[in-house]
Amino acid sequence: MAGKTIIEKIIQAHSQEPVEPGKIVWMDLDVRTARDFGGANVVQNYRQHYGDAPLDDASRTFFTFDCVVPANNIPYANNQHICRLWAREKGIKVYDVNAGIGSHVAIEEGLAVPGCTFVGTDSHLNILGAIGAFGQGMGDQDIAFAFKTGKTWFEVPPTMKVVIEGEVRYPCTARDLTLAVLGRLGSSGALGRAVEFYGPAIDALDLAGRITLASQLTEMGGITGFIPPSEEVLAYVRGRTTGQVSGVYADPDAEYIETVVVDITALEPLVACPPNPAHVKPVREVAGTRVDSVFLGSCTNGRFEDFAAVAEVVQGQRIQPWVMASVVPATRQVYERMLREGLIEALFDAGFIISNPGCGGCASGQIGMTGRGQVQVSTSNRNFPGKQGAGDTYLASPITAAWTALKGEITVPEG
Amino acid sequence: MKATQIKGRLWVLTDPEGKLYDDIDTDMIFHNSHLHITVVEEMGQYALGNLTGWEDFARNVRPGDVIVAGKNFGAGSSRQQAVDCFRALGIAAIVAESFGAIYKRNAINSGLPIVSLPGLTERAGEFQTGAELEVDFETGQLSLDGEKTCQAEPFSQVQMDIFQAGDLFAYGKSLGG
Repeated sequence: MAGKTIIEKIIQAHSQEPVEPGKIVWMDLDVRTARDFGGANVVQNYRQHYGDAPLDDASRTFFTFDCVVPANNIPYANNQHICRLWAREKGIKVYDVNAGIGSHVAIEEGLAVPGCTFVGTDSHLNILGAIGAFGQGMGDQDIAFAFKTGKTWFEVPPTMKVVIEGEVRYPCTARDLTLAVLGRLGSSGALGRAVEFYGPAIDALDLAGRITLASQLTEMGGITGFIPPSEEVLAYVRGRTTGQVSGVYADPDAEYIETVVVDITALEPLVACPPNPAHVKPVREVAGTRVDSVFLGSCTNGRFEDFAAVAEVVQGQRIQPWVMASVVPATRQVYERMLREGLIEALFDAGFIISNPGCGGCASGQIGMTGRGQVQVSTSNRNFPGKQGAGDTYLASPITAAWTALKGEITVPEG
Repeated sequence: MKATQIKGRLWVLTDPEGKLYDDIDTDMIFHNSHLHITVVEEMGQYALGNLTGWEDFARNVRPGDVIVAGKNFGAGSSRQQAVDCFRALGIAAIVAESFGAIYKRNAINSGLPIVSLPGLTERAGEFQTGAELEVDFETGQLSLDGEKTCQAEPFSQVQMDIFQAGDLFAYGKSLGG
């Protein structure tokens, strides 16, 4: 019998049925969550179908508010409060509007550990592949069902292997590596598949870089992407949870549906141009495009390390006066470290707007939207038409975005 | 038992150049500015409201109509509204070359029939808005205007079980969940 891939092993450890690709099995869930977007619908579904019946396990059920935080419109405020009141009634912990992006909070708080199964209403929950956990975004019916039963049905996806050849060298970052993979696979290149990433460039990624790569699997059409946890990642998780922590790794004879080699030996800074995240070009091809706004943050590039890279570029300089540039830390912990280590001051002095933690530009307006004709460079994960407003959004690394803010036009960063 | 064969008037989602749309994402189907809506009946009016050329879709569609689209339909976010807006309009089925993974689950869970037709893009010319499409969920057999046929993927067992039960909740209860 052939060995198993990472996803096959994780699902097998959570299912009574034999697991193989293509098969639909019932899977036990370690953690289930809902955010402010979708959360009220989860509550409504639960009430409608289960009334006052108890949750499967309130201690493994959470709300994480991150979309519109604090609420800037009454419908969102109402929805958040529907969740809060119901959470009190059910004994569910709420990571409220001050906490930050739920998937990142899950990693920081040790709610997610390598090998766990974790679902929620965030389509980028597969970001948990960054620590070798299986996270999956689902709709509010699925999540209401998961709250009640602790289970979900899941079609075991086939796994593809992506091998990166070459290294990431400054001023390129994990984001440029991610854009290279996205450009190569396209928006449906991993459709319906799990992906495992290998190669020295992958081994060398820090947790922030792993998060960046894992966060873009949804944009490749993938179910999830796993980055086999390094010792550094395991140590990070061990520091945040009391339970046993060990990585799940593929068997040497595991079967893959496809192996793709992505050669990054000639990697240069990349950008995803409108209208979709897979429309990847070298930055130099669009250099000189005048830019009106810059957004730094999101679940893709909202870590301390991302902002530290920006601060290093802009230190002692000011961004162009016509560029409205905002910084949104992923979480309160990221914000705190930025505050204590002087990054907030450095970015403020350079002319940035600095917001409280959350999803920022991706969720209709925490930090504003773009108007028609406006050109924005963003470190977030999607640039579909209308996503971040009526303007045109280019997705790039924090370093490219920082250089762009300084020059007021899309700029190739210098090493 | 619910009928597993349906017949409906077609809407072929093409872009302004007449090419079948790929990668229609959930923001194009149900824009994030309407995400606060939780009542299914109110969702129909916004269906495809952010897809260029299809802003009037909700006003023109009739219950029982069928939608055809290209690859990766429903890419993007996990919002259930992108499925429920079509249920609100009474869409009988969505046929696409492929579906976004989360979208596929959401549609199956709420009993909205979706059918994958590998190779659809190559034969997109055969599908014309206004034609009548017959879909057999059990066999995957498609008939256009009563004749030309092609073979789509039949419903999976879970998909059929949930469809017959009504939705995921009804199905879960039938299992004792």
